[in-house]
Amino acid sequence: MGRLALPPKTLSTTGFFVLTAVLQPVIFASIAFFIFRTGHHGATLLYAALGAGLMGIWSSTLFGSGGAIQWQRWQGTLEVLVTAPVPFVLVVLPLTLATASIGLYSLVATLVWGRLLFGIPLHLAHPFLFALSIPATVVGLGLLGLLLASTFVLYRHANAMSNLLEYPVWLVTGLIVPVSLLPGWATPLSWLLAPTWGVEAIRHAALGGPVLPALGMTALLSVVYLVLGAAFLELFLRLARERATLSLT
Amino acid sequence: MTSLRVFGIGGLIAYRALFNWISPWIYIPTMLGSPLFQIVFFTYLGRFSGTKSDAFFIVGNAVQVCAMSSVYGATMAIANERWLGTLAPLLATPASRPALFLGRAVPYVANGLFVSAFGFVVGWALLDFHPRGGDVPALALVVFVTVLSCTAFGLLLGSIGLRAKDVFFAANLAYFLMLLFCGVNVPLESLPGWMAAIGRGLPLTHGIAAAREVAGGASLADVARLVWTELGIGAAYTAAAYGLFRFFEAEARRRASLETL
Repeated sequence: MGRLALPPKTLSTTGFFVLTAVLQPVIFASIAFFIFRTGHHGATLLYAALGAGLMGIWSSTLFGSGGAIQWQRWQGTLEVLVTAPVPFVLVVLPLTLATASIGLYSLVATLVWGRLLFGIPLHLAHPFLFALSIPATVVGLGLLGLLLASTFVLYRHANAMSNLLEYPVWLVTGLIVPVSLLPGWATPLSWLLAPTWGVEAIRHAALGGPVLPALGMTALLSVVYLVLGAAFLELFLRLARERATLSLT
Repeated sequence: MTSLRVFGIGGLIAYRALFNWISPWIYIPTMLGSPLFQIVFFTYLGRFSGTKSDAFFIVGNAVQVCAMSSVYGATMAIANERWLGTLAPLLATPASRPALFLGRAVPYVANGLFVSAFGFVVGWALLDFHPRGGDVPALALVVFVTVLSCTAFGLLLGSIGLRAKDVFFAANLAYFLMLLFCGVNVPLESLPGWMAAIGRGLPLTHGIAAAREVAGGASLADVARLVWTELGIGAAYTAAAYGLFRFFEAEARRRASLETL
């Protein structure tokens, strides 16, 4: 449990994470509120608030996953962790889950922001399923982060990849813009990403609609990410050790 | 002559030394990839909401992405001297301060122009944005002026970085707030009065408004007032940035806090 509790405590004290998890989602939520309020589309402001909150969870996960490896590199602790007898996946997993959990601030922040400043009512169609969907989505995102972190072992500039991947995943998972609006090839791609199903589950739980199928897909993809993440981490770690690139910055 | 060398060559060397994202492995995903997806994201958000035309979002974001260089880069150009421990040797030199200060802005202006131009190419190639060929020179001039004023804002943040503990937090926050306050994605008339008033005092706002009009067929003369306002705002931020730079330099010498982090 200590492994899970420590990263959120330390990360919460950094300005960058406060920005990513709290301020940035509120700014994006405000942009979405103003755009939706003046637009002629029927999407509710609650729809925008939920989407912006999940965008924040993804940002936290993404920068946390990139940072999970990179920060250890910068601090010179990556080799120490790799040589520890504990499987490396158990070192990285708490970090990625923790950063995804920090993203929960985003959801709370956008909902509170929407309520206080834009008067958005929070009437949930299925409160119990809503409460269930949120942790399931966070775990799914955290495990997607594990998969990403495994590839970042080989990539020296993981943080730059994090900068690149923020908007595309927001788009292709339909967090705020429906995937049906994107080119056709984006739809099958979206099916492979847990946030697509997570946001669907949360949105249906809040606004009405079938929740369990999306929740099931989130859980299924989470298991797939865990298996692939553990395997890739093992493989990429071995390659990095063979090439002596583990600590190169 | 020495001042010219400090301005030109010194600025270039400072760029190579202090710009954290100069490696292609970082530059391409951060300075080109991220803006590309930002433009696509907001254009699709605009399509979904039905608020404004594609051109509104493409022009707004293509101009705003210059801040990747102008805000982040210009902040690094000043503040990184302190972070990398080179501030004291730099300030010990008798080099002309205006040359030293302004020279390091030049590469970021060029870089900002390049990123914005790339943004417009993205709009043209992926989002069916086709301004008339005759409008392109005027559009380029408007973007140039906007990049100048945005870089001045970055220099102001960089100067604050001579004293502040975490100026990169402020640079990140400023970048995102510009998306909200400067009419990039939300028309100023849709914002509450106080937000629109703040937006009018920031760089980008008038430049984006001018760029939208030019892309819509207006002549340079039609948007002269907006362009001059943007230039005036840039000049005010430059003066404030230089004033702060000299003030913090003097204060740091007096209090021996030059490299206190």
